Amino acid sequence: MPDFLLEIGCEEIPARMIDAASQELQRRVQDLLSRERLPASGSVSYLDTPRRLAVLASGLPSAQPDLAEQVTGPSTNVAYKDGQPTPAAQAFAKKVGLEVAKLSKVTTPKGEYLAAQVTKKGRPAAEILAEALPREISSIYWPKSMYWRRPTERFVRPVRWLVAMLDGAVIPMEFDGIRAGDQSRSHRILANRTVKIPSAGPPYLEALEQAKVLSRGAREKQIRKQLDAVTRAISGARWREDKDLLDTVINLTEFPSVILGNFEREFLELPEEVLVTVMRDHQKYFAVEDASGKLAPHFLAVLNTDGDPQGIIRHGHERVLRARFNDARFFWQTDQKHSLRERVEMLKHVTFQKDLGSYYDKTMRVQRLSSWLCESLRQSGVAVRPGVVHKAACLAKADLTTELVKEFTELQGIVGGLYARAQQLDPDLPEATRFAIADAIYDHYRPESTDDSVPRSVEGAVLSIADKADSIGGMFALGLEPTGSKDPFALRRQANAIIRTIAEHKLPIRLSQLFSDARAVYQDSEAEKKFSAKVDFAVSVSNFFRERLEFYLKDVRGFSYDVVNAVLAAGSEDVADAIARAEAVTKVRPSADFESISIAVKRIKNILRQAREAGKEPAKAIDPGAFQEQAEKDLAAVIPGTAKIVEALRSEHNYEQALMEISKLRPSVDKFFDKVMVMVEDERIRANRLALLQTLLQEFSTIADFSEIVTEGK
Amino acid sequence: MNPSKSNPPTFQELILRLQTFWAERGCVLQQPYDVEVGAGTMAPETFLRVLGPDPYKVAYVQPSRRPADGRYGENPNRLFKHMQLQVILKPPPENVQELYLESLAAMGIDLRQHDIKFEEDNWESPTLGAWGIGWQVMLDGLEITQFTYFQQCGGVDLDPISAELTYGLERIAAFLQDVDSIYDIVWSRDPETGRVTTYGDVRLADELQFSVYNFEAADVEKTWKHFELYEAECSALIEAYAASAGKKATSGEPKFDKHRFPLLGAYDLCLKCSHLFNILDARGAISVTERVGVIARVRALAVGIAKAYVEQQGGGAPAKEEGEDAHEKKKTRAKKEKRVTAVS
Repeated sequence: MPDFLLEIGCEEIPARMIDAASQELQRRVQDLLSRERLPASGSVSYLDTPRRLAVLASGLPSAQPDLAEQVTGPSTNVAYKDGQPTPAAQAFAKKVGLEVAKLSKVTTPKGEYLAAQVTKKGRPAAEILAEALPREISSIYWPKSMYWRRPTERFVRPVRWLVAMLDGAVIPMEFDGIRAGDQSRSHRILANRTVKIPSAGPPYLEALEQAKVLSRGAREKQIRKQLDAVTRAISGARWREDKDLLDTVINLTEFPSVILGNFEREFLELPEEVLVTVMRDHQKYFAVEDASGKLAPHFLAVLNTDGDPQGIIRHGHERVLRARFNDARFFWQTDQKHSLRERVEMLKHVTFQKDLGSYYDKTMRVQRLSSWLCESLRQSGVAVRPGVVHKAACLAKADLTTELVKEFTELQGIVGGLYARAQQLDPDLPEATRFAIADAIYDHYRPESTDDSVPRSVEGAVLSIADKADSIGGMFALGLEPTGSKDPFALRRQANAIIRTIAEHKLPIRLSQLFSDARAVYQDSEAEKKFSAKVDFAVSVSNFFRERLEFYLKDVRGFSYDVVNAVLAAGSEDVADAIARAEAVTKVRPSADFESISIAVKRIKNILRQAREAGKEPAKAIDPGAFQEQAEKDLAAVIPGTAKIVEALRSEHNYEQALMEISKLRPSVDKFFDKVMVMVEDERIRANRLALLQTLLQEFSTIADFSEIVTEGK
Repeated sequence: MNPSKSNPPTFQELILRLQTFWAERGCVLQQPYDVEVGAGTMAPETFLRVLGPDPYKVAYVQPSRRPADGRYGENPNRLFKHMQLQVILKPPPENVQELYLESLAAMGIDLRQHDIKFEEDNWESPTLGAWGIGWQVMLDGLEITQFTYFQQCGGVDLDPISAELTYGLERIAAFLQDVDSIYDIVWSRDPETGRVTTYGDVRLADELQFSVYNFEAADVEKTWKHFELYEAECSALIEAYAASAGKKATSGEPKFDKHRFPLLGAYDLCLKCSHLFNILDARGAISVTERVGVIARVRALAVGIAKAYVEQQGGGAPAKEEGEDAHEKKKTRAKKEKRVTAVS
């Protein structure tokens, strides 16, 4: 039972791509082994560094087991004539290597056929792997790949060596002109040599360790340990946890170590956001904070080597950071020459999108859209300050003209907020108002990812929603909606952000209203002339948001898919309301009465559908005179009362209670189906019964479509 | 102080060491191209040589002008004109990364005492219709080289591809000499007197004056006019090439034989356009909406020349001529063209 090893040696793979590719390769090898009947008796694991993707499997069979197969041949009608084998039978016997007399017969639904038991000889594992692995390697998905030899051979970066072994034996395979062998390579600098791998399995791991190459897990451990250790040199200090950054530096190193560097205290006068962005995004340094949580004048750099005994590397990093901070300070100071208010005019020269005009145009639209949104929220009783929103909307994009944002684009919005705080926007404004405006600007790109938080204030939320609705509305009107994996303007992310912001601030916003407003702010603009005539704006936006809301409810909030389907079938217009309904359905669904009602609703839908297909329509209105059975009279009698109660509860958004009221219909509904036959011959009676069921369905499907609920055992 | 750099190379020694290193590895040492360019990639030794099938290895210093980056000589890290040392290896040798690391050692960098990382960074030039895959090479947190595997140039898929190494000479020199301002870099040291000439002594005046010219003095109207004149001549040449290559047999005497056709001259005109565009941009004379359009105009020239150049080098289908064996004809033509390229 040999151990298997595949190592693809590659020039430095982009850090962001390593994890997914490595897992994919492991899955591909695992699938290959089971497909080819070469299952590993031990584990199938993977190991990756910037320069290698490896898969290890322990205890492979050295060959496929032989396979006993039944092969069917010609039908017995054709195989024998007058009791004698025909040429067809003889040909089949020859093919399977048996005498005609040794052939058996099988009966299938199509008739009786000749058959033979044959043994397919298992092939050696090495042969199968040599044949199949190159295909698996070249099928790995890369967000961006290249060629370096022939245009048809692609990988993420040039492949420079391959190790493929079963125990100590090399698997004779080739990929992109590289023949597999038993020679791997060490860490570039710390060992810098080729490394002979004595055998797959544990000897491979030992060889790597000696070659100063650590697994991902070991690298993470070493980095964390050293981050802690070097930070201890500063009393009370802590390094700032940053998962994305940690993942990046883990995948930029084969043998990591950490150094502590310092910067001049005077740079702490710059906003923390700017300093942290420079350190994290541009230099990949961890920030250090003091005991009170404030940024301290130190940084932590992760190296791809074993240390810096003479401080040479630290010196280099400090030099680079000083230059970067000097630049940032220069930009900060230069930017103060023009206030945000003056910069609004400059937005006329910054394109938002070629057909949608400049950022100045966008500013004007977002100002109007957010005012309308404020007004509608105020009417619904939400406490929002329209003056703050209006002013923030006016200044929100002005920071795009600043040197600081041009240099550090990821700080858009944040820089605007910081400048708004620092500048005297309007002498009459009280400081609290100015800070509220600044915070709304600061937050208005949020949430930028699923980990990011939504704007803190309701004013920030309104601005964020209006800004994104304007972008989505404009793009959809141009016919530039996302398709498949293509979403160049990140409209899905923006829609997700709108939904989360509405949900977390519990804002009563109807999406159809929001987007008819978003469309209306383009009225009579230059952009409107470019709008596509082929687009049904309302329908495409509504479908798009329904899909996004479904994603949010299922994947972000964790509601089960049938509850989500049921709830969205009853409306996907109002995010906060959909969530409340989903919560209520989730709570009530375990009750026996509710389950029974769900089953009944499915039944009602089926009956109505079948009737419709048979051309049998329900009556226009229920005719009490047409009822025959007590059960139907009873059901008809309880509906109006229950409907009234449910409607009252619904308008108070008390969905749980409303659903419980609906559940109380169970005995009447059960009795109806028990005693009453709907599809009777008499048209008047039948149409009346159909009308009763339809009324029931209409009255009680406004919270959720219960027929979507999956019931046990059905 | 930086303990490892007791005796760092001067700016010119740095250049000499890199040139020697690459010359010893078979590179032609070219001299800087004599038309303004924004990057070493734009010099024909890169832009045109990476096209077509012929192997080539070249290294050269290319002063690169970026008008908008000028800072009147006041910013210690930013320059209107900086120097790149550009290496093209076509096709890239299998050990190209190792060669690159050896070149760092040749500059006097002891890799064992430093931290070196290859971080994803793909290069793209919309103006040249060119892009590639690669890394920025980070030395102790400083980006010292752009390492690119060219995939496309002038809109043409490359086969074979080239590796392009672009060393940022000022940054590397400032790092080696441990100075905080580019202007303090020691450019040369007189071996007899020990007298030092700094980067500032050599270059500060042009940083100041060209910043003034690019930001304040350049005559916008005339610069536009220059742009349009160069563009018109360049387009006319590209069209003339297409015409003479296409209907040689039918429409009388063509203006030039194919191999004599001055595509290299057309390329210079395209470079002029690119540089004038950069001046107009620095001058604030190009609105955002115009910008994309002007880039597309320059790109159209670059792409047109690249396509024609590939064809001229023998990559395209030869025009069929009567009475001659087409295969033989193609062979002699290719030979002739090779000779012409070698002296051009």
